[in-house]
Amino acid sequence: MTISIRIPAALRSYANGDGEVQVAAATVSDALRQLVDRYPSLLPHLFDASGELRNFVNAFVNEDDVRTLDGPATRVSAGDTITIVPSIAGGAGALSAEEVRRYSRHLIMPEVGMEGQRKLKEAKILLIGAGGLGSPLGLYLAAAGIGTIGIVDFDVVDETNLQRQVMHGTRDVGRRKIDSARDRLLDINPHIDIVGYETALTSANALDILAPWDVVIDGTDNFPTRYLVNDACVLLGKPNVYGSIFRFEGQLSVFWAEQGPCYRCLFREPPPPGLVPSCAEGGVLGVLPGIIGTLQALEGIKLVLGAGDAMIGRLLLFDALMMRFRELKLRKDPDCVICGANPTIRGLIDYDEFCGVPAFAAAGAADGDAVPAITVMELKQRLDRGDPLTLIDVREPHEWDIANLEEYGARLIPLGSLPARMNEIGSAEEVVLFCRTGGRSARALRQLRDAGFRRLWNLEGGLHAWSDAIDPSMPRY
Amino acid sequence: MMRRIRMPAGVIDALLGYAGTGYPEEVCGVLVGQEDDGVRHIARLAPVRNERNDERRRRYLIDANALRRIEADVAAEGLDVIGFYHSHPDHPAIPSAFDREHAWPWYSYVIVPVARGRAGPPRAWRLQDDRGAFIEETISVDS
Repeated sequence: MTISIRIPAALRSYANGDGEVQVAAATVSDALRQLVDRYPSLLPHLFDASGELRNFVNAFVNEDDVRTLDGPATRVSAGDTITIVPSIAGGAGALSAEEVRRYSRHLIMPEVGMEGQRKLKEAKILLIGAGGLGSPLGLYLAAAGIGTIGIVDFDVVDETNLQRQVMHGTRDVGRRKIDSARDRLLDINPHIDIVGYETALTSANALDILAPWDVVIDGTDNFPTRYLVNDACVLLGKPNVYGSIFRFEGQLSVFWAEQGPCYRCLFREPPPPGLVPSCAEGGVLGVLPGIIGTLQALEGIKLVLGAGDAMIGRLLLFDALMMRFRELKLRKDPDCVICGANPTIRGLIDYDEFCGVPAFAAAGAADGDAVPAITVMELKQRLDRGDPLTLIDVREPHEWDIANLEEYGARLIPLGSLPARMNEIGSAEEVVLFCRTGGRSARALRQLRDAGFRRLWNLEGGLHAWSDAIDPSMPRY
Repeated sequence: MMRRIRMPAGVIDALLGYAGTGYPEEVCGVLVGQEDDGVRHIARLAPVRNERNDERRRRYLIDANALRRIEADVAAEGLDVIGFYHSHPDHPAIPSAFDREHAWPWYSYVIVPVARGRAGPPRAWRLQDDRGAFIEETISVDS
């Protein structure tokens, strides 16, 4: 059948100036083939390398877009008109005039420029944790113009956070951390979006939560979550900017399984539970997470810009007291159970079990392995009655210096040294174990129970509860 | 030597009017006219709806069917689709990287800057055949 093909003004110079061409064809594809046979210079403007009609080109049969019919196979009849219609689109630059002013110190650098700032704006970075590491991360990523920042944190701002978590302030005490973070970051930069996830990251939700993000930055402080984040990032193919701090030392690396090692290549197994105290238990110099978190933000920005050398395959070690940076080379472990040649882990596992953490929440035992507990009221009553109780404090020496129950005969056996010093406790004694809030002493109780001790009590709520209910003059810390 | 594109004063007024009214979103439309001896004359505008569902403050899209109908209609009058216009809210009248990625050679692209609701002087651009850059065209007013 003879049909007409109408050629848009922009392409007529490739068709000898013709605006309308007659061909004999049975389908659209047939007709367009004949057109480019007649005018070969039209070919690259209509078809891509694989022979498909280019994205920016539409073809209509009479009034219908062929994509709504049978595509190139659409049949045509005598008298039909095929019209080639260009797709017309465009728009302003990614940055408004205000943003251009705001980021001028970036834009004038060739390593960033408009192109780089646009990449920062289009980037989506997820922060796991809005605490010590998460604070400088959020602040500097927001200031830099990262367009979408996600934050996973279910916690509430506590006064003890303010010594280091500079994203939050005194007025935020008691507020949810994601609310406090959102307010602070949008105040720094109203041109970005903040997405809050008020939930704990678990094996059940981690893959869903991480999936939409370009870069994941781990600001957590516990081993189960570190392994969970690592595994989820390996499974999803995402870069994981790792940072950790312990007292006066910090570590930094970028784990990206496609290009280098993952966290498991470096730390195949977690340390035994209780060996590495958390910040709450071991303490931390407040400015140190500020330094490591800022370096994590830097690595996140470098990954987005594609600038410099990211810390892939490199571990930065920082000693704050000696003021020394060292670097170790990291190699991908070919036998790594998740990112190696023959991975045995193909899904998220139970990380609490993996890390040997007994499955109890900070608030108290919630499972069948509950420990026998005594409240501070009961303890005080029994001490006043003169009951022969042995009080064992499992905290650290410097905590004893802050507050203790020495007047009631309490003795200090730090949790870490309990296995070696169990023999200082008579097996016939009735023992009350306590620590600051009841967590460590519960662990101590289980160790003693496993060793055969029978008359054991955990002081519920620890010295915090004692300070609340019995002796308000005892400092809470 | 800069290429020239001529528009009646009334067309320029209409252009600024559409751009200002549409603020803070991008407006878009078709330039209808003809080319004689290398000089383009815009006879009138054919405004169309910005088909983008999102990012309307910095992106525009012209419906292909709408364009097809306009082309068919103006051909009957002996005129052509010479190019397209769109506005840049709070942004200069300079084609962006996004504009360049989506542009076609040959067409004139007229951009109207609209700073805080006030439309400013439009500028016209044509994409080089090698897609490397836009070349500016001078807009002259036809009285």
